[in-house]
Amino acid sequence: MENQVPLIEIRNLVKHFGSVIALSGVSLSVHRGEVMCLLGDNGAGKSTLIKTLAGVHKPTSGDFLVEGRPVSFTSPRDALDAGIATVYQDLAMIPLMSVTRNFFMGREPVKGIWPFRRVDFDHCDEVTREEMHKIGIDVRDPHQAVGTLSGGERQCVAIARAVYFGAKVLILDEPTSALGVAQTSMVLKYIHQVRQKGLGVIFITHNVRHAYAVGDRFTVLNRGKTLGTYAKSEIAIDELQNLMAGGKELQAVSAELGGMV
Amino acid sequence: MVNTTQPTADLSPAPTVKKIQDERLREVSLVTRIMRRPELGALAGLILVAIFFASTADPSMFTLAGIMNILSPAAQLGILAIAAALLMIGGEFDLSIGSMVAFTGLVFGAFITLSGWSLLLAIAATLVVAAVLGGLNGQLVIRTRLPSFIVTLAFLFILRGLSLVGLKWATGGSTQMRGIGDQAGEGIIRELFSGVAFEGAFSWLAANDIIAKFPNGTPTVTGVPVSIVWFVGFALLATWVLLRTRAGNWIFAAGGDPNAARNSGVPVDRVKTALFMLTAAAAALVAILTVLDAGSTDARRGFQKEFEAIIAAVIGGCLLTGGYGSAIGAFFGAIIFGMVSIGLTYTRFDSDWFQVFLGAMLLLAVLFNNFIRRKVTGER
Repeated sequence: MENQVPLIEIRNLVKHFGSVIALSGVSLSVHRGEVMCLLGDNGAGKSTLIKTLAGVHKPTSGDFLVEGRPVSFTSPRDALDAGIATVYQDLAMIPLMSVTRNFFMGREPVKGIWPFRRVDFDHCDEVTREEMHKIGIDVRDPHQAVGTLSGGERQCVAIARAVYFGAKVLILDEPTSALGVAQTSMVLKYIHQVRQKGLGVIFITHNVRHAYAVGDRFTVLNRGKTLGTYAKSEIAIDELQNLMAGGKELQAVSAELGGMV
Repeated sequence: MVNTTQPTADLSPAPTVKKIQDERLREVSLVTRIMRRPELGALAGLILVAIFFASTADPSMFTLAGIMNILSPAAQLGILAIAAALLMIGGEFDLSIGSMVAFTGLVFGAFITLSGWSLLLAIAATLVVAAVLGGLNGQLVIRTRLPSFIVTLAFLFILRGLSLVGLKWATGGSTQMRGIGDQAGEGIIRELFSGVAFEGAFSWLAANDIIAKFPNGTPTVTGVPVSIVWFVGFALLATWVLLRTRAGNWIFAAGGDPNAARNSGVPVDRVKTALFMLTAAAAALVAILTVLDAGSTDARRGFQKEFEAIIAAVIGGCLLTGGYGSAIGAFFGAIIFGMVSIGLTYTRFDSDWFQVFLGAMLLLAVLFNNFIRRKVTGER
């Protein structure tokens, strides 16, 4: 590996909500140009982990390092400033607003002197059109409402936005879970492009096939703990599936149904 | 393992001019682009209403004097409606604006008559009082997470009651406060808030026989009432802010989906509080304009104006759910209001048809807006 210092490294992260132990010792790391898949069933603690990385929650204990330096985020803004961008599954875009307005929401470039200061929409439209072209939806008009885009396109625009604004690490919260096959492959292809740009990606999913398609390493989370991290060469898709399914009963059911759960 | 500096082939920059045809996508026609404008309905409605009155009303309705007659009530309502529209786009309601007109009228009158402050100071202080009350409304809505409908409904009654109590206290038992106009004095500030503007231009137009004049040479319409100038200016400013500035984008975002907006770094709570303050300040402006015009204030000022303002905003294309609408639409909506309320007196119809018309217009506008929203977002 050419990158020794991971973009993000967490060690033994613990998070309690009152008496509830949501995370009890999670460790993982993401390097440049790597897709780290975070797998886990519902209730495994994926959401808590994402929100901790994104600056929404503060960890109760444990180390959280960004590019080797310990950090302590107090708000999502801090995480963004540190280059950690989170793309939430459903809370990414506002359907009634145009693609351009969504793309630059909260970070609009302005021109002119104060009483006449205005958003540089010509520049915005140009950038949006260009970024949409890179994703492969360039025929669309940047003024059209986001509501007219398909779910996959929306995810891609949200990812493109994070990349454009200088994210070093992307946290993708189940970007493919609500999508059809064609749209899923569109998003996966785009994740692959983002990796080639040298970003680190944390790809959260409970679909092993999607994870295996783009992932370099896989961390399995179960009941607030990491069960382990495996490189793609170390583990086959079936083993990964079994690991995630956890208990013997589920494995039996899975085998009964032909291993396709 | 990966080369981080060199983009891969499929990431290479787009050729500057490229036309790809997606067989599933029609060209964005002019019609579609017009249909996307939220103020379309209001403009169409205004044209229809104008055609209706042009064919049924006395021709004097569309003389210069008649048009000023229509625009005067439209201006007062319109200033409220534009502020209400911005607030609705930001995802909130303010039902207290009508009562706010009465209350700030009292506050303004009290500053002039009881404390003997100069007009400029009284106007500034009244606007500050209104902004503080608006900010209070906003903070209550944000902190309690209650619907703004309920919080501001409470203020509708609180402020109306305070206006009555305050007026009786200040005047020794009357619900009307007189003599504000005399105490306010004359001067440049007074001229900004009462009387008519562009008198020179109107005299010139009359002298050159372009507009009607009396036999002695003075024009029949001496100028544009200042409230109309404020109305037009406010509409232009609000439209520019909404469509061209960062604040405008934040207003749309805050109303469209507050969570998504927050995740993108939009200060949603600040935007909403500022909008509540603006709405209250707009009510205070209307109060100042009307009080200086009439020279007095009373407890019934602004009665039911909150509903009329919201109706004008809805006719102007605002969705009740927020995130969509326009200031210029509310401008047209308010003119429709003025045209119908004044216009009926130029016809042989009973002017009480006004309310029937109002309700029907609201219903049509809501149905139309829902249809347009589905078009815009491609909802199926």
